[in-house]
Amino acid sequence: MGWLKRVMDHDIFYSFTRSWVIMLAAFITLFIIITSVFAPWLTVHDPFNPSSLTLTDAFTPPIWVSGGQWTYPLGTDDQGRDILSTIMFGNRISLLVGFLSVLLAMLIGVTLGTLSGYIGGWLDSLIMRLADAQLTVPPILIALLINGVARASLMRELQESLVIYVLVFSIGIAAWPQYARVTRSGAMVERNKEYIAASRVIGVHPVAIMVRHIIPNVMGPTLVLATIGIPLAIIIEATLSFLGVGVPPTTPSLGTLIRIGNEFLFSGEWWITIFPALALVVLVLSVNLIGDWLRDTFNPKLR
Amino acid sequence: MAVDDISFSIEEGEVLGVVGESGAGKSVTGAGIIGLLEPPGRIAKGNIRFEGRQINGLPQEAMRRIRGAKIGAIFQDPLTSLNPLYSIGQQLIETLTTHTDLSPAQARARAIDLLNEVGIPAAERRLESYPHEFSGGMRQRVVIALAICANPRLIIADEPTTALDVSIQAQIIALLRRLCHEHRTAIMLITHDMGVIAEMSDRVAVMYAGRIAEVGPLRDVVKSPKHPYTVGLMDSIPKVGQEKDQLSHIRGAMPRLQEIPPGCPFHPRCPEAFDRCQGERPDLMPTGNPDQVASCWKFARTDQHG
Amino acid sequence: MFSYVLKRFLQSILVMLFVAFVCFVLSNYVGDPVNNMVGQEATIADRAALRQELGLNDPIVFQFGRFVNRAVKGDFGISYRQQRPVKVLLQERLPATLELVLISAILALSVGIPCGVYTGLHRDNWVSRVILSTSLVGVSLPTFVTGILLIYIFSVTFNVLPSYGRGTVVKAGFWTTGFLTATGWKALILPSVTLCLYQLTLILRIVRSEMLEVLRTDYIKFARARGLTNRAVHFGHALKNTLIPVITVTGLQVGSLVAFSIITETVFQWPGMGFLFIQAVLFADIPIMVAYMTLVALFFVIINLIVDLLYFVVDPRLRIERRVAG
Repeated sequence: MGWLKRVMDHDIFYSFTRSWVIMLAAFITLFIIITSVFAPWLTVHDPFNPSSLTLTDAFTPPIWVSGGQWTYPLGTDDQGRDILSTIMFGNRISLLVGFLSVLLAMLIGVTLGTLSGYIGGWLDSLIMRLADAQLTVPPILIALLINGVARASLMRELQESLVIYVLVFSIGIAAWPQYARVTRSGAMVERNKEYIAASRVIGVHPVAIMVRHIIPNVMGPTLVLATIGIPLAIIIEATLSFLGVGVPPTTPSLGTLIRIGNEFLFSGEWWITIFPALALVVLVLSVNLIGDWLRDTFNPKLR
Repeated sequence: MAVDDISFSIEEGEVLGVVGESGAGKSVTGAGIIGLLEPPGRIAKGNIRFEGRQINGLPQEAMRRIRGAKIGAIFQDPLTSLNPLYSIGQQLIETLTTHTDLSPAQARARAIDLLNEVGIPAAERRLESYPHEFSGGMRQRVVIALAICANPRLIIADEPTTALDVSIQAQIIALLRRLCHEHRTAIMLITHDMGVIAEMSDRVAVMYAGRIAEVGPLRDVVKSPKHPYTVGLMDSIPKVGQEKDQLSHIRGAMPRLQEIPPGCPFHPRCPEAFDRCQGERPDLMPTGNPDQVASCWKFARTDQHG
Repeated sequence: MFSYVLKRFLQSILVMLFVAFVCFVLSNYVGDPVNNMVGQEATIADRAALRQELGLNDPIVFQFGRFVNRAVKGDFGISYRQQRPVKVLLQERLPATLELVLISAILALSVGIPCGVYTGLHRDNWVSRVILSTSLVGVSLPTFVTGILLIYIFSVTFNVLPSYGRGTVVKAGFWTTGFLTATGWKALILPSVTLCLYQLTLILRIVRSEMLEVLRTDYIKFARARGLTNRAVHFGHALKNTLIPVITVTGLQVGSLVAFSIITETVFQWPGMGFLFIQAVLFADIPIMVAYMTLVALFFVIINLIVDLLYFVVDPRLRIERRVAG
C-alpha cells in the first residue's frame, strides 16, 4: 500500500481534497460511471426490451407528483419505460461514445503530432496545414458532415449495426487536430533534448525513439486535453442523437431520450425530456469541472 | 520576507548604486518605493519619505500622481516595456498630458525635445514610429525619455543596461549620467553588474539576502570594503594585469528567502564569523570611516570605543 | 500590404476549389444521381439516356468544370426529396438563418466581451465569481438543452414567448424579414438567446484570460510606473492589447454560430438553412447537402479573410515589414 501513501502525499492530491466542489464533481462522475456500468443489474427493468414493459404504466409522473409510483421514481415515458432506467442506460451509450471517440482522436492526433513534431519538414507543414484548416470549422459541423456522408453512402442494411462506429469515427475525426498540435509542440521541445540526441547516436530506430521516449513525455498535456475533450464529445454525440442522426433508437443515448421526450413537452409530460436533459448537464458539468481543475493544476505558469 | 529592515537615503542629484546578487531584494526595494508591489506583497513596517513627506501608505490616487511625475522608473527590458501597439509619440504625449498642463500640441513639441535630449536622431519623424522599429539601445533611450517626461526628482533604474549589448551599455550609462548632472535628478541604480555601478555611482549600497550589508561612497566601498561579503565581492572581480591560477569566490550560495539563517544572514559563509554572528542580527553601524557603515559585528568594538 | 491581401485572397480561392471538389465527388459518386432522380419503373434504356443527358459519361474534368460553373451561379440542381430547385429552397431559407445568426452574434459579442473585460479587471469580487460560475455552466449546456429548457420555462409554463416559427414576416424582394413585426421579434428572442449562449460564455472566458495575461506584462507595469491613470492603463493599454488575439477567436465563434444554428433551428423549427440541412442529412438529399456545405465554406472563408484583414489594420507589427532604425 506504499503507493497509496505516495499518492496521498502528493501535492496534487492535496489541492484536490481542498476543493469541495471538485471532490463533489469527481464523486458524481464516479457515481454515474458505476451506475451505468452496472445498470442492467440496478434497474427495475430493461427499458429497451419491449417484453419487459407494461404499457399500462405509461405516462406515470415522477414520485412527488400525484399518480407517481415508487417503482418508477422519475416517471415513465409513452411506452412505460422507467425514466431512471433509461437515463442509466443512456449514460452508458453517452459515456461509451464519448470515451471511444476521444480515444480515436488521441490515437490519430498523437501519432500525427509526434511524426509532425519529430520529423518536421514537409510532413510537418502538411499535417499542420490540415489541422489548421480543420480547426477553423467547428467540430460539430465536421462530425455532422462526416456522419451525413457516411449515411448517404452506406447501404441501409449495413447502417444499423455500423451506426455507432460511424458516430465514433466522425467525432474522433472532428477532434484530432487539437491533440496533434499539443503533441507536436511537446515533440518539438523533446526532440532538442540531449537524451534524444544520445539515443540517435547509439542508433536507436526513429520509431523506437518516438514510441519509447517522445510519446510518454508529451502525454501530460494531451491527457489534460482529453478531460476537456470528453465532455465535448459527449455533447456532440448528444446533439447528433437529438437531431436524429446519432445512435440508433435501439440503443438510445441521453440525446435520443431528450428528442423522444421533446414531443411530450407541451402535452404536460415534462419529465420525459427534462430528466434526461438534467442528467446530461450534470454529467458534462462534473467532467468539465474536473477537466478545468486538472488544467489549472498542471499549468506550469500557475505553479 | 524579501526585504528585511532596509534603511538608506539618497541626496538630491546623487546616484546611489544598489548592488547585489539575484534574489537579494533589490528590485523589490525599488518596486516598494513607488508603490508597485504586487499583492500579496506589501510594506509591513517602516516609512518611506520623499522630499520630506511620507509616501508609503498614501492613497492610490496620490501615489499615482507622484509616480512618473516626481519619481520615474526604468526597467530592464526595453522591448517589453513599451506597448507595441502605440507609436512612441502617442506614448510620450500621453504621459506628458497626464502629468502636466500641456496641450496636445505643446506636448508634441516637448516630446520632440525629449527625444532629442536622449539622443534619438530625426526626432520629429520618429514620433510616428512603433517600438519594434527601433533597435535595443534606441528603445531604452525612448524608455528613459518617457521616465524623465515630467522632470522627476528621482529615477529608479532597475537593471537598465542588462538587456543591452556592452557597447550600447556605455552609451546609456553616459546618457543617464548626463541627465543626472543637467537636471540634478537623483538616481537609484539597481544592478548586479559592478562595472556599471563603478562607472556611475556616487555612493554604493550592497544588499545581501534582503538586508543591506554595507553603504558608503563608491571609492571607499570598492577600495576598502568593510563588510566581509563586500570584501569577497570585490576580491572575486578579476583585475586586468593580475595573474591568478584560480578566480577567487565566496564559498556557498546566498540563501533563498525562506531559508535565511538566524543572526547575521552571511555568517555561514563568512570567513571572519564568530559567536555573536550566529545569534544576533547586526544593524548598520559605523566602521571607523565616518561615511561608511556596515552591518557586521566586527565593528561593534569600534562602536563601543566611541 | 497589397501583396498580403492578394495572397490571402488566392488562398481563399484555393480553399473554395477544394471544397467544391469534395462536394463534386459527393454529388456524383455517393449514391447514384440517376437512381435518385427517376422512379422505380424507369427502364435501363431510360436510365442510360438520362446519364447521357446529365453528362455523366463525360471526362471528370469536364464534369467538375460544369459543376463549378453552375455552383458559382447558385445552381445546385434539384432536391431529391422535394423535387424543387435547390437554389429556390436556399433563397427561401437563407434570410431566416442570417437574421438569427446576426442577432445572436450581436448578443454574444456585446455581452461576452464586456463581461470578460470586467472579470479580468476585477478578479476577486463576488460579481466576477458569479459570472464565472455561470459561464462554467454555460459551457456545459448543450445548445439543444438550453433551447428545450427555455421553451419549457417561457412557452410551456409561462406562455409568454413562442416556441416555433418566425412570427409574421415581411417580404422585400427575395428577402423575408422578421425585423419589421412585433411577432417577428418575439419569435427571435428564444432562438437567438439559445444560439448565442455557448459562444457568449466562450468569448467571455477567452477575453478574461487574455486580459489577465496582458495585465501581467512589462508594458503595463511601466505604464503604471509612469503614473498613468487606471482608466488609461486598463482601457487605453490593456484593453487594446487584449482585443487583438480576441479578434481571431470571435471571428471563429461567429463562424460557429452557423454550425450551431442547425441545432437551434431544429429545436425551434425555425425555417432556416440549418433545418433544411438536417432534413437533407436524414433523407440523404445530396444536392441540398452539397449546396449547404459550399455556402458554409464560403461563409467561413469570408470570415477568415475579414479577420485577417482586421488584424492587419489593428496590429502595427504586421504592417511595417522591414524597417528597423538604429
